[in-house]
Amino acid sequence: METVNVFLMGKKYEVPSNLTIMGAMEYAGYQLVRGCGCRNGFCGACATIYRVLGDPELHACLACQTKVENNMYVATLPFFPLVKQVYDMEKIKPTEQIMMQLYPEIYSCIGCNACTKSCTQGLNVMQYIAYAQRGEYAKCAELSFDCVMCGVCSSRCPAGISHPQVALLARRLNGKYLAPHTQHLDDRIAEIRDGKFEDLLSSLMNKPIDEIRELYNNREIEK
Amino acid sequence: MYNEEMTVSIRKVEAARAANAALEPRRMTAEEKDALLRTYHPDYKKGEFRTLKIGANAGEQVPTELAALLQGHSRINPDKIDLRHADYDVDVLIIGGGGAGSSAAIEADNHGARVMIVTKLRIGDANTMMAEGGIQAADKPNDSPAIHYLDAFGGGHFAAKPALLYKLVTEAPDAIKWLNDLGVEFDKDADGTMITTHGGGTSRKRMHAAKDYSGAEIMRTLRDEVLNRGIPVVDFTAVIEIVLDENGAAAGAVLLNMETGEIRIARAKTVVIATGGAGRLHYQGFPTSNHYGATADGLILAYRAGAKLLYADTLQYHPTGAAYPEQIFGALVTEKVRSLGAKLVNVNGEVFMHPLETRDVAAASIIRECSDRGNGVPTSDGVGVWLDTPMIELKNGEGTIEKRIPAMMRMFGKYGIDIRREPILVYPTLHYQNGGIDITPDGMSCVENLYVAG
Repeated sequence: METVNVFLMGKKYEVPSNLTIMGAMEYAGYQLVRGCGCRNGFCGACATIYRVLGDPELHACLACQTKVENNMYVATLPFFPLVKQVYDMEKIKPTEQIMMQLYPEIYSCIGCNACTKSCTQGLNVMQYIAYAQRGEYAKCAELSFDCVMCGVCSSRCPAGISHPQVALLARRLNGKYLAPHTQHLDDRIAEIRDGKFEDLLSSLMNKPIDEIRELYNNREIEK
Repeated sequence: MYNEEMTVSIRKVEAARAANAALEPRRMTAEEKDALLRTYHPDYKKGEFRTLKIGANAGEQVPTELAALLQGHSRINPDKIDLRHADYDVDVLIIGGGGAGSSAAIEADNHGARVMIVTKLRIGDANTMMAEGGIQAADKPNDSPAIHYLDAFGGGHFAAKPALLYKLVTEAPDAIKWLNDLGVEFDKDADGTMITTHGGGTSRKRMHAAKDYSGAEIMRTLRDEVLNRGIPVVDFTAVIEIVLDENGAAAGAVLLNMETGEIRIARAKTVVIATGGAGRLHYQGFPTSNHYGATADGLILAYRAGAKLLYADTLQYHPTGAAYPEQIFGALVTEKVRSLGAKLVNVNGEVFMHPLETRDVAAASIIRECSDRGNGVPTSDGVGVWLDTPMIELKNGEGTIEKRIPAMMRMFGKYGIDIRREPILVYPTLHYQNGGIDITPDGMSCVENLYVAG
């Protein structure tokens, strides 16, 4: 078995080279209470920063998605205090002012791009913040869509911006107010409420199983 | 990233791609499916199940790993628990901080109840966060709740409780609307029409999505809404027993702080179990697509409180878990990959089934291809078959993968596999528990005031 040396919270362990950082921690005997969620790169619970010996650059990643390297110094960041403003979705509107009111610090961005460089998802964080500054929420929503809200960007931001929360507000504004309205959804809900499908459903539910089976096996399937 | 043996097989997949893409494979007959499932589906492996000796389901079979937990001793000594002093006192206690728990909290709050969520991870660290492909509702003009009912009833081998299924299909469009109104960004055309695709076994395209981060988009929106409402969330705290009152109705729970080991008591008028699945018990040694906390807590809590389980012996193995590389072994490869046109191909480059059979049939078919037929591709952890993702772009044009399944592209891209150009290796992974706790259409178990959602 090929092994590498990793330094977990500064302590040296020899672990198989094919493990993820999370796998290496468990291999070393850590029982994870924090810093572990979906184990698949969706939940952002395992934000981690690391440096490889000899390389001055500090890298950020998700521990469940990143393979160990030899001489890797690992520090996990299972919680980072983001600023989350409270708002009533029914009352706010997708205007430029709403960002100014809730997250005014985005206008203090100094353009250092540390957020983008640290993003564990490889997103153009600074650009989506720029869209938020201008009230272009659909663009901000699109560009930030893959954000897992791990908070690494905010940990590196000299302006104190909570980028994931800004993006989340933009996405909710976009989903609720800016994206086109779905008429067929309203129509179907009204039809169900008016009982349009009751006869069809009850006749189906009351058929003997063999008849339902026959219907199922011969149903027409949309191409 | 692929080894030499895999690369040789990929050449065969590539050579046959154009012909395979044009092929419309035959769907299996009902008899063929039956025989396939009986021989190859893990639910039919008798040696992997045990008969329960105690509780509401005594005499019934459940997976060996689950039986050990259901019949295990309590982790607390009742003499050391003082129920006279509750640390928390609420109307509604919700156990679990996933999609179901958060939705229940929002609705309870809407109706003026004092509500609290307790979760052993953080709110949102849940299977909901990981759902990729989408969420089904019959809201298109060519679809109806009745067709949805037939698809789901047949897909579940006619074993569903009709009253529950009726509720599911008639309320699904409402649920989509409810989520959309909270700000969930569903994929839509310019005129607002939902972009929907097929799921396994569906006869209409009714799977709504938010790219392939559907569950993540839903979950982060729900979490934000819970926080906006100031609903208390007690995190990193597991529930270890349900408390019953003198009449046998649920009246609260015993909580355990996972970090300090401290015991806390919650009193509640109503308890909602929304703890998710059991994939992390790794039944039969299968990998799982489930998150870290999916360890059957709710089943155990409810069973010990006297609730009845339903279909605890049937599990859903998602046919396409990642089989390679090993860092993502068992991770979900969304059904949407097949919905968009990728087919399942064996080591010789042959399409061996229709890609959109129901999940149980597809899983059994892959297991057959890799076992008795010997047509699997060996990996370091076992074996897999190809899911020929480049077919998607061949069929729908370049850029489709990046636009419609970006999470998949990212997941494999991290390991040097470009799914636009190379196929991926898949094998069934433990995904859902088909059963759970037996409930009425209003969500109550057979224990008074003990509700279940998921």
